[in-house]
Amino acid sequence: MIEVDRLTKHYGPVTAVQDVSFTVEKGTIVGFLGPNGAGKSTTMKILSCFMAASGGTARIAGFDVFSQSMEVRRRIGYLPENAPLYPDLPVAAYLDFVAEIKGVPRRARRGKVAEVMERCFITDMQRRLIGKLSKGYRQRVGLAQALLGDPEVLIMDEPTIGLDPKQIAEIRALIRSLAGQHTVILSTHILPEVSMVCDGVIIIHRGRIVAQGTQSELVEQVFPTSRVAIEVGAPAEAVEVALLGVPGVLRVAVQETRDGAASFVVEASRGHDVRGDLARLVTSRAWPLLELHQVGMSLEEVFIRVVAGEEAAESAESVETPTATAEVA
Amino acid sequence: MRWWPVFKKEMRLYFGSPVAYVVGTFFLVISGWFFSQILLFYNMSSMQAAMQPQMAQSLNPTEGILRPLFSNMAVVLLFFMPMVTMRLFAEEKRAGTLELLLTYPVRDGEILLGKFLAAGALYVLLLGLTLLYPGMVSYFARVEWGAVMTGYLGLLLLGGTFLAVGILLSSMTENQIVAGFATFGILLGLWVVGWGADFAGGTLRTVLQYVSITDHMDSFSKGVLDTKDVVYYVTAMAFALFLALRSLEAKRWKG
Ligand SMILES: Nc1ncnc2c1ncn2[C@@H]1O[C@H](COP(=O)(O)OP(=O)(O)O)[C@@H](O)[C@H]1O
Ligand SMILES: [Mg+2]
Repeated sequence: MIEVDRLTKHYGPVTAVQDVSFTVEKGTIVGFLGPNGAGKSTTMKILSCFMAASGGTARIAGFDVFSQSMEVRRRIGYLPENAPLYPDLPVAAYLDFVAEIKGVPRRARRGKVAEVMERCFITDMQRRLIGKLSKGYRQRVGLAQALLGDPEVLIMDEPTIGLDPKQIAEIRALIRSLAGQHTVILSTHILPEVSMVCDGVIIIHRGRIVAQGTQSELVEQVFPTSRVAIEVGAPAEAVEVALLGVPGVLRVAVQETRDGAASFVVEASRGHDVRGDLARLVTSRAWPLLELHQVGMSLEEVFIRVVAGEEAAESAESVETPTATAEVA
Repeated sequence: MRWWPVFKKEMRLYFGSPVAYVVGTFFLVISGWFFSQILLFYNMSSMQAAMQPQMAQSLNPTEGILRPLFSNMAVVLLFFMPMVTMRLFAEEKRAGTLELLLTYPVRDGEILLGKFLAAGALYVLLLGLTLLYPGMVSYFARVEWGAVMTGYLGLLLLGGTFLAVGILLSSMTENQIVAGFATFGILLGLWVVGWGADFAGGTLRTVLQYVSITDHMDSFSKGVLDTKDVVYYVTAMAFALFLALRSLEAKRWKG
């Protein structure tokens, strides 16, 4: 549905995106993840036909965003960053304007506007001036205008930025409800958002794509081994040797030792669930098994790994951690 | 044509905000004041003429009332037209709504046309209200309506040119106040170059006279329709709108 090939954009001397390539399958929701300044908005602006690229191509529904822009524009709904709207227009009048400019036939207009207002839960606000609405409601109006004209593809730039946790949860649920009927690409700098809302992920950093795929694919790609944490009430050296003897185990790392107990992280090749074997081994030696669990590789760890090197620290800061938005979940 | 929704939206914004009312009120009050002054002066002249019959020859309502009225209105427009257009693109650029507008399935030219026609419609409305003044004259004197209509056609072309220049400036900045003042500055410049013509000679004089935006208004206010002047305004209008279109296009490259 969306095919991007070696897209490049320079703003004067600044290269905002460089050789960006990816595809988005019909009916999926894909998250375009990256820290601030990574080039997310730039890519969205090109996909939405607002801005021309410096190089490369992008096609939506088979049409080129530059040379067949009108065809593309008829098929997309765009929600720019911060949902720019006209504060002096009432909600319903604004949506009627958008419906008309998108070419919704006169007779169908009233119904279509009512429908998108219903879908975005803004029917009660239809007579209010947009400027008098809260940020959360304005975002919904922005989403409603994107939905007008039944676009196949929705392009949303940071749809939850600047909202409070409750509004964020509502907008995410709303976007999630669009899956299937529309192909969605949304940009975000918030990791958990991708896990919660999206089927696939594209990670962009400093204008380049650094990883893409489904979340589990990314985890496998970046972490080829699975990890198990285990704590045993026995001397570290003896346990380590024993653990290495279990089939499938590749590496054992001692985490901590204290008063006769030791904890380890056991790395095994993917597809091997070694937890059963580890438990049997420990009990057969009559060691107390204090703890045993799979260590999940989160998208966050993937993100930190791919955005590695000296930037790792700075990127981890600019990306909100799951705990920071935990109340949203 | 998809200019219609843009036109409607702009009209709604004009009348939903104080702009239309403030500009309309001041425009009507100030041109009304000029009108009454001209009328008083004309009255005085005609009373003198009653005593000196040879002066009456040179006295007619078109020359004595309408012509000064039209040239005064041209000056009033110079102040008010920038206020009508300054918001049109600058505010959309500042608020970011232009980004969204430019992704709808409409051509840039249609957006431009919708905005230009909306400003034009507001202007035509204001101009229509001023027809009250020649209407009042017609109660006590014979008005040459042909001359009046020619004058109004001139005002229409002049105002349209002011609007086109204003839209061009509005498309070049994100600050509507800057757009307004720059428009005023340029229009004023195009007006005062005409004064330079009085001191220049030869080709320069001809050029300066041709460029002067208000000199072309003169023959209209005398009730004379000159193709040269019509061509001047239409060309200037089209050129300014063409540049505005290019400025939108540039926005698509710069982001
Ligand atoms: N209009 C512009 N002119 C110059 N540089 C820009 C412009 N827009 C963005 N940039 C630069 O391009 C880079 C990518 O920006 P952007 O696409 O907005 O990133 P993101 O949306 O991921 O935060 C940044 O370094 C930014 O400073
Ligand atoms: Mg951005």
